[in-house]
Amino acid sequence: MTAAPAGGAQRNRVAAVLGRHPVGMILAAPYAVYLAVIFAYPFGFSVWMSFHDYFFAAPGAIVDHPFVGLDNYRAALTDPAVRQAFKNIVIFLVINVPLTTALALVLAVALNRVVHARTFLRVAFYVPYVTASVAVVGVWLFLFNSGGLVNSVLGPLAPDPSWLVNEGLAMPVIAFFVTWKQLGFFILLYLAALQNVPKELYESASVDGANGWNKFWSVTVPAVRPATALVVILALITGANLFTEPYLLTGGGGPNGASASPVLIMYQRGIQQGEPDFAAALGVILVIGVLILAYLNRRFIEGRD
Amino acid sequence: MRRWPNVVRYVLLFLGALIFLFPFYYMLVGSLQSAPDTSVGGAFPTSGLTLDNYRDINSRVDLLGSLVNSGIFTGGVLLGTVVFGTLAGYALARLQFRGRGVLFALVLLVQVIPFQLLLIPLYVLIVRGYGLADNYLGMILPFAINTAAVFVFRQFFLQLPDDLFAAARLDGAGELRILWSVALPLVRPALLTAVLLTFIGPWNEFLWPFLVTKDADMQPLAVSLANYISNVSSRAANPFGAILAGACVLAAPAVALFIAFQRQFTSSDLGSGVKG
Repeated sequence: MTAAPAGGAQRNRVAAVLGRHPVGMILAAPYAVYLAVIFAYPFGFSVWMSFHDYFFAAPGAIVDHPFVGLDNYRAALTDPAVRQAFKNIVIFLVINVPLTTALALVLAVALNRVVHARTFLRVAFYVPYVTASVAVVGVWLFLFNSGGLVNSVLGPLAPDPSWLVNEGLAMPVIAFFVTWKQLGFFILLYLAALQNVPKELYESASVDGANGWNKFWSVTVPAVRPATALVVILALITGANLFTEPYLLTGGGGPNGASASPVLIMYQRGIQQGEPDFAAALGVILVIGVLILAYLNRRFIEGRD
Repeated sequence: MRRWPNVVRYVLLFLGALIFLFPFYYMLVGSLQSAPDTSVGGAFPTSGLTLDNYRDINSRVDLLGSLVNSGIFTGGVLLGTVVFGTLAGYALARLQFRGRGVLFALVLLVQVIPFQLLLIPLYVLIVRGYGLADNYLGMILPFAINTAAVFVFRQFFLQLPDDLFAAARLDGAGELRILWSVALPLVRPALLTAVLLTFIGPWNEFLWPFLVTKDADMQPLAVSLANYISNVSSRAANPFGAILAGACVLAAPAVALFIAFQRQFTSSDLGSGVKG
């Protein structure tokens, strides 16, 4: 540094301010602008909106949006439909997240050691993930409606009222649907994690006389713990974003709001009924909920402070 | 002793695979039946298959127009992601510049911000503010650069050996040229994986295009089929047949692409993205 020639000194000064490759700023600029316009600004706007009286006005009209403090939050938290939606999403998460994590790990471990029909098996488990929800919802409607195949197989055991119009069963059916739909992606994540488990761990476990089940619990499960943390958080975010399934599968969160999700309420109140301030407050509450769960996940599953 | 668990594993995996695939089989069969047959035998028809349902759904939903809309929406997102995403990924992986740390922190943060928080403000801005309702740009904008893909691109470029870049720079190559003729050719297979993963996002996306398109001529197939399911299906002769025919048309391109390129969809490529 001290012996740098004159030209180098100037370059060093530029480097100190802009970094060694200032051209990187230009290459990354479009993406940075995109993040600012599509994420940062709407994020701030959303929080701002949730503290103000915001409504849709005629284009060009200049209207006041007075500050209303926590009014929107109070309205959202005391709304019976919102409370019901949060209750529904808890039911959803309690079924979906453990089921997704357990099935994805078990199937990934099984698939990892498969030699024959590898391609067929993997494709079979991934296909629901790559298919549009709208398309597969069509089949589930057909399978689970009152006169559908599932009920004709069950015969007298078929639930009454049928699955999608039964207040106690609508949300569990959606939770199973999403598990089935998303599982392929999580299997993929676990398969990736399994490639990094050192073989020596299994060998030394064998030497110690561990059977397959012991090895799964004492070697595989701890070794893929970071992946488990990732699977849990992604499943939580997917669940919190739930919209298409209650909108289409149960005809708009039916029966009697028993399968309504917070995002469905945001759509109904914010856009259909023109109360974006209420919906923004609901969005902020939902995200705070997700962040709390993400923190717990980091603390207890990933094992960091 | 070691054989039995093996057999059991295969039997269970095949059973699971059949359960996973059955709805797709049933979708195809249902779309070809003139009247819905929901008995167990009806799932394995031996005769009476027809293409009427496809004609029926096509008369109610403009299938070709909707597919074109889906294609433009998806193509726009892919173009934005590949062009600007590789630039950003390369800069984040290989260049030292002011703000790099902040930008990378944002890449990680954005992936945990759920889309629903942005839903209402984006709707207000794009539909009410910029007047981009029923517009391809309005559909594409929120997804224009897939952040997960930026992250994956960065991982790919990080894995290339340092010497390669040092040598190219010593030869006086500019960064764009290094990216284009050195780095990109080396990560081409991985690039395809990222493109495939990006493709299924907009192709299957429902909520956002549903919010911004009211004009049936602008709707991607996922939206027009969903509207058909929730509004007009009650009036059709065989509503399920028509729905399933539409579902097959919507599912086919993504499933076909996935099967054609399933080799790219393996854990080793994606693993680089997950390891962090």
